[in-house]
Amino acid sequence: MYDQFKVKAEAVSADVLRFQTKGEALDFIFRFMREEGLSTYAGESAVWADGNFIEDIDKNVLEAEGIFFGVTAQRAAGARFGICCMDWAIADTGTLAHDSTSFEKRLVSTLPEIHIAILSAKAILPDLQSFIERVSPEKFPFISLITGPSRTADIERVLTIGVHGPRRLVTVFVDELEVNTDEK
Amino acid sequence: MKNEFIESIDRAVNNSNLTGALGKFSEAYRVNRAKAYEGVDFDELREKIASIKSAAALELDALAELFRENAEARGAKVFRTDEPVEVKEYILRIARENGVKTIVKSKSMATEEIHLNPFLEKAGIVVKETDLGEWIIQLAGQTPSHMVMPAIHMTREEVSDIFSKEVNERLSSDIPKLVKVAREQLRPFFLNADMGISGANIAVAETGTLVLMTNEGNARLVTTLPRIHVAVVGIEKLVRHFKDIVPIIKALPRSATAQLLTSYVSIITGKTPVTNGNEKELHIILMDNHRSDMAADPVFRQAMQCIRCASCLNVCPVFRLVGGHVFGKVYTGGIGTILTAWFDELGKSSDIQGLCIQCGACKDVCPAKIGIPELIMEIRRRLVTKQGLPLVQKALYSVVNNRRLFHSMLRAASIAGGAFASGGFIRHLPFFLSELTDGRSLPAIAKEPFRDRFTRIRQPVCREKAVFYAGCLIDFAYPEMGEAVVKILNSAGIEVIFPEGQTCCGAPAKYAGAYEVAAANAVDNIKALLLPDVSYVVSACPTCTVALQRDFLKTLEAAGKNKWITKAEELAAKSFDFSSLAKKLAESGRLSFSATDTEACVTYHDSCHLKRSLCIHEEPRTLLNLAGYTIQEMSECDTCCGMGGAYSMKLPEISLPMLKRKLANIDNTKAGTAAMDCPGCVLQIRGGFDRERKNITVKHSVELLAERLKE
Repeated sequence: MYDQFKVKAEAVSADVLRFQTKGEALDFIFRFMREEGLSTYAGESAVWADGNFIEDIDKNVLEAEGIFFGVTAQRAAGARFGICCMDWAIADTGTLAHDSTSFEKRLVSTLPEIHIAILSAKAILPDLQSFIERVSPEKFPFISLITGPSRTADIERVLTIGVHGPRRLVTVFVDELEVNTDEK
Repeated sequence: MKNEFIESIDRAVNNSNLTGALGKFSEAYRVNRAKAYEGVDFDELREKIASIKSAAALELDALAELFRENAEARGAKVFRTDEPVEVKEYILRIARENGVKTIVKSKSMATEEIHLNPFLEKAGIVVKETDLGEWIIQLAGQTPSHMVMPAIHMTREEVSDIFSKEVNERLSSDIPKLVKVAREQLRPFFLNADMGISGANIAVAETGTLVLMTNEGNARLVTTLPRIHVAVVGIEKLVRHFKDIVPIIKALPRSATAQLLTSYVSIITGKTPVTNGNEKELHIILMDNHRSDMAADPVFRQAMQCIRCASCLNVCPVFRLVGGHVFGKVYTGGIGTILTAWFDELGKSSDIQGLCIQCGACKDVCPAKIGIPELIMEIRRRLVTKQGLPLVQKALYSVVNNRRLFHSMLRAASIAGGAFASGGFIRHLPFFLSELTDGRSLPAIAKEPFRDRFTRIRQPVCREKAVFYAGCLIDFAYPEMGEAVVKILNSAGIEVIFPEGQTCCGAPAKYAGAYEVAAANAVDNIKALLLPDVSYVVSACPTCTVALQRDFLKTLEAAGKNKWITKAEELAAKSFDFSSLAKKLAESGRLSFSATDTEACVTYHDSCHLKRSLCIHEEPRTLLNLAGYTIQEMSECDTCCGMGGAYSMKLPEISLPMLKRKLANIDNTKAGTAAMDCPGCVLQIRGGFDRERKNITVKHSVELLAERLKE
């Protein structure tokens, strides 16, 4: 299903990567952000909504580099990178999904220019049907499905990436990560 | 039709920006939509949607209450109202109570429908549309021309002019740069707005859930950032079960923009936290505005199944010529005509319903299985019942109802037409009639109608008999097509009977909404055509076949002539379109062609009523292949040629560009011959090529087949 997901997600301009360990995934994420100009300056910083993914790293060191964990709307709007975990992926449409009841998750995945989404490679479901059967709206008041970066074709039907949401969606699958949401 | 309406059509079809953009889009849409549905059983999917939504339409009241209960249990406030004015006042009250100064909006047709923005702006509130297309038209002071792509009628240059004014800086017309301007300009409004207003694509009763689908991410921000979220939801968006959202989410983006899924789908159930740790205020307005009336009408209830994908606009050959603004200010295209008649008033649709050429392209692609053309016909019928027919039409139909008078007038026309005819065509008509021959030559009325020629045809003795129903065009303009039919049936061992009492099939009257007239035609024809010992009633005109098989029944029912219904059913059961009967005869070995001698290439035009009303498209192709013709398919082979019976005379402004596109598509195949199975299409297309002085043969399939019968 990973291969199907990758094909479908790349077809809608998403980047898809896969790593065995958390460590490898984190190495990639930091390297990627540095290459893309991570800094503490406005417009070049990062906001991270799931602190627990990197519990064993000193967050003060990261903040000095421009990666912030206290997410506010202003800070997310001023960031280049937004990072959060996703709970599921849907293979046949190349879609990511998460319980985004937490306000922060929505901010980091929508306001910055680049959204880095991390999830377990075991969390891929075949289709929308199996996803909807698995989640209950009572338990997850705000469910978000994200398929590729923000887009529009409102001017002359010309596809343009990055309107109000991110212009890039980088999906990072981690094999050793467990599926972290108990469902329904 | 009013003059100003015709003028608005004229302006639209002569606006090359508009027709260029829409034309390009409609071509790409066909291909992309098919790709988006690859691997999906479309009929199964739309069956599901139709059943979910038709069930919901029958229990709207219960679903609305269930929705209220569940949404309120999760902290939302639900306000139900029939009246648009109450929706507006409710929102203004919340805004005032909470000191709201700025509102950001994501796309909502329901709020367009009630003209919410000007109302709030008048009260001193800043309202920003945030969907790019909606923002463009808001800045331009216009209304949406398309439900999904509101600014599709504008060019990048126009957008750049509008944005330049807004930011006080001369911008280039580079599209990515213009999009960036929108992002930068609207960002502060998202962050500082006190209220966000959205619509909803689906509302789930059993959980109180709203589903919002967008591509830009604006609905996500509108529902996330401001401390108050107001969702304005038409009650047709209600479904009972949470699982019901699956087929709708699957179909909506595929049908709307040929995407597998929109970039964002937000599934919101009750209140959610906002940034300062407080809970967001969520108001959901369930708006009726005549939707319940629509659901209570047994004919129009199916329009409640609409999921607002606008695919009926995207495939409409008329919409791509005139765009949305000709239709009015809110809902446009096929479904828009129906929604306007209900949400606004029936009278508002009296001009725009006439735009529908009844080609049926929309019905084929509707993911909610709505019979849009039939519903528009029903609007037409109700308008005629209410307002009556225009005087000229009334006079005309009283003639059509008197067969002898009608036929003697057609004969007279053959003599009168002689003065203007050359080479079998009327190329110019004098004075006010000249529009009819503008861009298309009309066929000269035949010197001798088929009914007279028939008496001289010598037929072999046969074991089976068929009645031939000629229809007016074959009888009076193209008798040679009738002769071809007789020749072919004879060679299959069928004797042809031509009852003299047959008359107009009633389609022109029915399509004008004059069901009484059509029903009288039906009775005359039933009397004439139902003969003993006859196996088939055959027609070589798809519109006539539809009348024989279905419309006689419908118009008789509508006119309350119930005692004729059984006979109409009997007639329908033995009525055949020529090509489906001929294919059967060929398959059973009764009909053979000599296909060997010459290689010949034709292109095939699918007539609307044959392809979409009778679902026949393989049969004529198979027959032509059997007769040794290779078919070189044209682009858009099943797009309407613009004839549409009286349509081409009522709206030549639209009919002619449709014809021109068809001519170009035929010409591009280099086939040299165009085959089709409808004498109306022959009239239109042959006339078009004559007018363009192009040497392309246009024939009814029966003529091509009759030439190659095995002796």
